[in-house]
Amino acid sequence: MALLDLDPAVVATARRLAAEAAAPVIGIARSHTTVSVERATLRLAGITGADSTHRASDVPWVNRVVDTVAAHCGLEHGVCLPVFDALRRHDLTSLTELAEATAAGQVTYALPTGRDATRAAKAARTAIAKGLRTVDRNRAQRDKLVERHGDPARRPWIYLIVATGDIDEDVVQAANAARAGADIIAVIRSTGQSLLDYVPEGATHHGFAGTYATQENFRIMRAAMDDVSKEVGRYIRLTNYASGLCMPEIAVLAGLQRLDMMLNDSMYGILFRDINPIRTFVDQRFSRQVHARAGIIINTGEDNYLTTDDAVDAAHTVTVSQLLNEHFAHEAGLPDHLLGLGHAFEINPKLPDSFRLELAHALLARELFPDAPLKWMPPTKHMTGDVFNGYLLDGFFNLAGVLTGQSILLVGMMTEAVATPFLSDRDLALANVRYVLDAAGGLAEDFRPAPDGLIVKRAHQVLGEAVDLLERVKADGLLNAIAEGTFGLMKRPADQGKGADGVIAKADDYTNPAVDLLEEGATR
Amino acid sequence: MTGDTTTARHVRPYGDTKGDGMVQTSFTLPVPHGPRAEGAALLLAGKMGIDPAMVVHSHAIGPDFTFFVVYGSVRHVVDLDEVEVIEREYPLLPPGEVNSAVKKLLRRKLVVVGACIGTDAHTVGIDAILNIKGFAGEKGLEYYRELRVVNLGAQVTVPDLVKRARAEKADAVLVSQVVTQRDAHILNTQEMSAAFREAMGQRRPLLVAGGPRFDPRMAAELGVDRVFSRGTTPGEVASYLTHAISQRKEAV
Repeated sequence: MALLDLDPAVVATARRLAAEAAAPVIGIARSHTTVSVERATLRLAGITGADSTHRASDVPWVNRVVDTVAAHCGLEHGVCLPVFDALRRHDLTSLTELAEATAAGQVTYALPTGRDATRAAKAARTAIAKGLRTVDRNRAQRDKLVERHGDPARRPWIYLIVATGDIDEDVVQAANAARAGADIIAVIRSTGQSLLDYVPEGATHHGFAGTYATQENFRIMRAAMDDVSKEVGRYIRLTNYASGLCMPEIAVLAGLQRLDMMLNDSMYGILFRDINPIRTFVDQRFSRQVHARAGIIINTGEDNYLTTDDAVDAAHTVTVSQLLNEHFAHEAGLPDHLLGLGHAFEINPKLPDSFRLELAHALLARELFPDAPLKWMPPTKHMTGDVFNGYLLDGFFNLAGVLTGQSILLVGMMTEAVATPFLSDRDLALANVRYVLDAAGGLAEDFRPAPDGLIVKRAHQVLGEAVDLLERVKADGLLNAIAEGTFGLMKRPADQGKGADGVIAKADDYTNPAVDLLEEGATR
Repeated sequence: MTGDTTTARHVRPYGDTKGDGMVQTSFTLPVPHGPRAEGAALLLAGKMGIDPAMVVHSHAIGPDFTFFVVYGSVRHVVDLDEVEVIEREYPLLPPGEVNSAVKKLLRRKLVVVGACIGTDAHTVGIDAILNIKGFAGEKGLEYYRELRVVNLGAQVTVPDLVKRARAEKADAVLVSQVVTQRDAHILNTQEMSAAFREAMGQRRPLLVAGGPRFDPRMAAELGVDRVFSRGTTPGEVASYLTHAISQRKEAV
């Protein structure tokens, strides 16, 4: 159902330019590793837990080990050979024992050579493959549960956020949300977690405006939602954030605990959290490889550009970012059906024809990415605290969503910008969605924008501007474009930002069986 | 007062008739939907001063909760002479006006250096004010074109902070203290302001302290120019900085 009559040649040009703009960055991502990629690798190999005796409170064992290896022999060869060689030399039976010995200062790491290196590489591959098989089993288990409980009866899937700071309260709110009609539950993270260079441990009860992403919190929520899935007769999907300085590790934890969707944008951390660009691109590639393996749908963050920049003037930057995100994702092995590209309803409602412009932008995304489960984000910027007006605006957002065939609809709250949602806010918001879906769910069938009308023209204009911008980005280089503030108005030079010191250029003999197993699709 | 000289000193809410006291409110009670829940809602409304109250709508939210919309007349009267307005000493400006004011005042960017000092590793507060992501729907100071923001992050020592502030030619230094033990937030901040006075005297940057445990009236005691407490938004800080810089310019 092509309604916009987009020129296939222009669309192909846009994709080609995105690929060309992304190519140098992919080269950099392949030739570097980061402390977080190495820690994620050790998590796949089976290290869990934290050093609770450390004076700076719980430090995860993976951090202790990776930091020590970095100090003893550097990370340019990868953490695997020194670690598995030390395991054998010290005659320890588990990586956790090795971590404890490391903390006690009893282990000296060195890069093995010859037969020792071969042996260490083999042991590492065996351990990591075991972790990946857990990820594979979870993927199969998800397929089985979806078959047993069923998918939501209709599209878009309804996505609701919980954010109490306490995992136990989150479980209560999430279960209620699912019973009230949510298909996807996202647990918002504690403010500032993206800037922590470690993943907290255990069940947590004191987050700031959100709940820490930890392996144990993931497990608790997954178990609770499995119970609720049984009760409501459809598989409730669970979402968290593979973003920030620990993106690769959180991706691994999501795969190990069967989360279903992860927020994972190629540029969000750079632009909005001032994380080093190289760190982000390296971490992003590895995390997307893990997501591809785990069958996890990624959600990209283009909606954020429109909260800082103007939603009309900057509409084409969303398209450009979607095309870049698509290319980076494909390169990392994610197929279209796992690509939850983002966009948002953020045009100033006081602008004449604002709703028609929203339809144009939403339809453009739909037709550019016909097989991607697009994520449609509600208004936030123009939610003022006038909750009555906000409820109306959310109704129009829902209508635009069904009319343009969006796949995942994040439920808007009329109390956006006022308070974290009350129980009743969620209930009213879901009633809003239900009404629009019931009343107008099939309206897309009758919706034919006039061929020379405002909607079609606007979509063509945005695509044209996107192609122009991609030309410039390609000519400048993507890293320079980011440094110059092309996206979301943020200027982020490639050599600055948080986590830059955790980026390491790979040596020629860099060894990481996780990367090999992911790229080969192998299980042993 | 739009030419209305008859504004009474004592006022009640206005529904459609002067003095009718009509309000509408909504809330949820942890009671299963039914007559008992409705009775409970009416009782609550009565205690809130809504009398008579009407539950015009109620519905169940799951098996354990009920949502209500209540209309009614409040018996309370407000004496306008009792209203106390805490005056903000600076006008709240939208980002565009902050930018143009700074441009006019300084003809260069205003440099803001931010840090969490002492052992506090919680950058939540400083990041909410500085990062573009912002807080409460407002973008952080990084979003302002005419502000140059240097966020030093957590656990910055006072000597480092002074050094960086000098090197960056900071116009303002923002320090945040979120999680502190005993009075560490007070001592840390006093140490900081003393260090700036000693190193730079009158030419020190504006010093601003922020955190949930601070009281805005403590500025003098802490030796800083301004204290912001819980719930402060980036827009307030940006507006204050603009105001304070213009005051300084006038004083010179």
